[in-house]
Amino acid sequence: MNFPILSSLILLPTIGALFIFFVRSSNSQYQSSKYVALFITLANFFLSLYLWIIFDKSIVDFQFVEEREWISGFVNYKVGVDGISILFILLTTFITPICVITVNATIKNRLKDFLIAILILETFMIGVFCSLDLVVFYLFFEAGLIPMFLIIGIWGGERRVYSAFKFFLYTLLGSVLMLVAIISIYWITGTTDVIKLYELGIDAKYQNLLWLAFFSSFAVKTPMWPVHTWLPDAHVEAPTPGSVLLAAILLKMAGYGFIRFSLGLFPDASLYFVPLVYTLSLIAIIYTSLVALMQEDMKKLIAYSSVAHMGFVTLGIFTMTQQGIEGSIFQMISHGLVSAALFLCVGVVYDRLHTRLINRYGGLVSIMPKYAIVFMVFTLGALGLPGTSGFIGEFLVLMGAFKKNILVATIASLGVILGAAYMLWLYKRIIFGKLINEDVKKMVDLKRFEIVTLWLLVLPIIFFGFYPEPLINSIEVSVANMIDMNDLDKINKLALGD
Amino acid sequence: MENLQLIIPELYISIMIMFLLIFGVFKKNSSQLVYNLTTVSLVATLALIINLDSQIHSSLFNNSYNIDSLARFMKILLILSGIFVMLSSSKYIQISKISKIEYPILILCSILGMMVMISSNDLIVFYMGLELQSLALYVLASFNRDNLLSTESGLKYFVLSALSSGLLLYGCSLIYGFSETTNFNQIMVNTKEIEYGLTFGIVFILVGLAFKISAVPFHMWAPDVYQGSPTSVTVFFALLPKIAALTVFIRFLYIPFYELGDQWQMIIIFLSIASMVFGAVAAIGQKNLKRLIAYSSISHMGYALAGLSTGTTQGVQSSITYITIYLVMNLAFFSCLFMLKRNDEYYENIDDLSGLSKNHPLLSLSLLVVLFSLAGIPPLAGFFAKFYIFVAVINEKMYFLAIVGLLATVIAAFYYLRIIKIIYFDPEKEKFESKHNLGLKFTLVASTFFILAYFIYPSGIVDIISQININ
Repeated sequence: MNFPILSSLILLPTIGALFIFFVRSSNSQYQSSKYVALFITLANFFLSLYLWIIFDKSIVDFQFVEEREWISGFVNYKVGVDGISILFILLTTFITPICVITVNATIKNRLKDFLIAILILETFMIGVFCSLDLVVFYLFFEAGLIPMFLIIGIWGGERRVYSAFKFFLYTLLGSVLMLVAIISIYWITGTTDVIKLYELGIDAKYQNLLWLAFFSSFAVKTPMWPVHTWLPDAHVEAPTPGSVLLAAILLKMAGYGFIRFSLGLFPDASLYFVPLVYTLSLIAIIYTSLVALMQEDMKKLIAYSSVAHMGFVTLGIFTMTQQGIEGSIFQMISHGLVSAALFLCVGVVYDRLHTRLINRYGGLVSIMPKYAIVFMVFTLGALGLPGTSGFIGEFLVLMGAFKKNILVATIASLGVILGAAYMLWLYKRIIFGKLINEDVKKMVDLKRFEIVTLWLLVLPIIFFGFYPEPLINSIEVSVANMIDMNDLDKINKLALGD
Repeated sequence: MENLQLIIPELYISIMIMFLLIFGVFKKNSSQLVYNLTTVSLVATLALIINLDSQIHSSLFNNSYNIDSLARFMKILLILSGIFVMLSSSKYIQISKISKIEYPILILCSILGMMVMISSNDLIVFYMGLELQSLALYVLASFNRDNLLSTESGLKYFVLSALSSGLLLYGCSLIYGFSETTNFNQIMVNTKEIEYGLTFGIVFILVGLAFKISAVPFHMWAPDVYQGSPTSVTVFFALLPKIAALTVFIRFLYIPFYELGDQWQMIIIFLSIASMVFGAVAAIGQKNLKRLIAYSSISHMGYALAGLSTGTTQGVQSSITYITIYLVMNLAFFSCLFMLKRNDEYYENIDDLSGLSKNHPLLSLSLLVVLFSLAGIPPLAGFFAKFYIFVAVINEKMYFLAIVGLLATVIAAFYYLRIIKIIYFDPEKEKFESKHNLGLKFTLVASTFFILAYFIYPSGIVDIISQININ
């Protein structure tokens, strides 16, 4: 394989952005720049689909590895994928074109700039998921802040400045310690190459501090309780495509980082900090679910539900069992689809009524039946009804958790019930009930592009709910290898005392 | 004779200073011509320096003047910055009515002084270069003599700078007294034993030098002088003296005082931490862009000092890389500042930038790139500058310094973001002029491109700098 397929995936959106940037702007060409963006993102999606097809799922090693000298004698530009990262790349390239389709309705001014920001962001997101060098990873991880900051700040709602600043500074503060840790790893082991680090291992005496440094960054990004407060603000103020990208992909960077780096590089420390992660995850699941119940703003409710769902993810990862980790990855993919869809659904009604307050709606089923159907699917997906992808993820996570700690698993299961409560209540308040407000009566049902985008998301949610095999297949070997390689099982057994 | 061949660039500048002075006096209304000739002679000086054998390492005039790889690189950096400063500010000095023949000649004088400082290997030669540089700068700071702020800044700079020069000179005399020599290499040989007088000498010299690069707590002059001076002089202040002072710092710490590392390391670490944190915190409340960039440069000098405090070659190289990238970023920032012109008036308040992105998308984009780079966000050049510093610092296990430095970048990010917010998120104001002269545009495009594209090939500059050896 000589064709640098991963670098093409990373670079293609940037090339598209440059193209849009250099084409002269006039109102008539706003549309054409949209088509360019759509074309580029779709091309990227098919490229990544092709990558998934030719990807050999039975091999443990990283595939399509590219390596080039970058900072001489220090850091190499190295990218590659295994079964885990390829799914996230696919998720990224799938969600981005959907965002591009929706810009028409949501972005009223400076469309061209917005498309450029989205495309640049896609470059960074794909870069995060396939970089195999810590410095390269950090570069992409941090660089994503710039376009997201602008997306929230320029196209956001009323309190956009506050939210954009909070988002940027929280995340930056979290990540600076990671940079110290990365440089320390370089001086301890002499490399920042992830594959080499997997082979070398890091001395156990350094692991705890390094783990904490990485944790500080990923915990903010996940976000875990108590550093989750930037997320509701950012979600509420961001424009719909921004919320979608934030929920669907940016949050997953942290979950991915936990698996790839926290578990992969610091297995001993991960085990040591399991109680911490369990506690924070449980608080996230229960507490933020309760908070979500009380929300009056739809976007805020979904944002808090994201925190709760990410709680399941972190819980699953740190069970360190095959089921738990697989479940977490599945949950992340599923949440990527479902939360993206939910934000799009909010966007649909927001575009019509310009409010996100739940009590302004009610009785939509009689005037927007098509909308009621898709929203139903996504609600059920979010609460994890069997037959949707949400179920598989939560089920596997809980299975892993029961294997390890019955108390933790029981409390987490309560979260599932709470999740059902706030989602169904949200659905009831918006879709059912009486049509009271005059302006709600004037709302029109889904337009064609909305139907396309929403049904595009319905399909995988139901498909993977009934037939999770393709996803599980591609992560199975990599997860098993991760557990083998770091002797997570053995460590587990020692810890359990048998 | 061979000695003279190696200092041809310095000789050439001296001759040009005298020639331009006479030429300017005898030819009427020649200020613009002298200005252009100055730029040309700087280009010629650059060619002369590059023309020197790059492998050469020789000490001239009884070992008091060094021509080595460090001097060569720093001089190239110095002259290049000088050329770009001249190119970008030519329009400004015409409009601000400070276009007099003395202006470019004073700039040449101070550049000559800096070149002497960079090459000096002797306390007396060093002090001579420093004074030549400073005297020219006093006049430049107050060049807009009808402006209250400008004269104030000139006077302020003069008084404080004279004080620090006095301290420096006192330190030099102490060093001479305890080591019986003024030559840097000889000092190293003669100061194997630590004596109190010697430590005092080191402290005095470090204080004087810290003043010159405006490190906290010797920074008080910087915000006033930056704000009060004409912008064309401010950009000069922000770039060139820093190069010279940093080089002298490197020479002092790594030649005469190298063996006394434990005497100065704590001082440098303190200066570094204080500058990083104070610069970041104090900049938050600023309303004037020039004042803000003064605090920002204080903070940036803290990072450069952090590299020096490691006491390793790698640390020095990271500092040199840092200052190189810092120069480009500041050049780009000031080029943007020169473009904020409306009806022959320049604007320099942060509020004037409000909604800039709607009327001037390209200018705003460059400012965006520059500000994110100053904040050290990847993948821009500013990130790499900080990255190299922290690599060197963490290698020496100075975790406290690294963590404080990184936290300071988060604080600093806040005020850079505030400017970006004003440019991009706030309502628009009146349009600025969009016609600019070619030199200014070229400076901005070149520097912005450097910042943006640095990550594609980061090894280029590092490879050059890694060939610099200090001892």
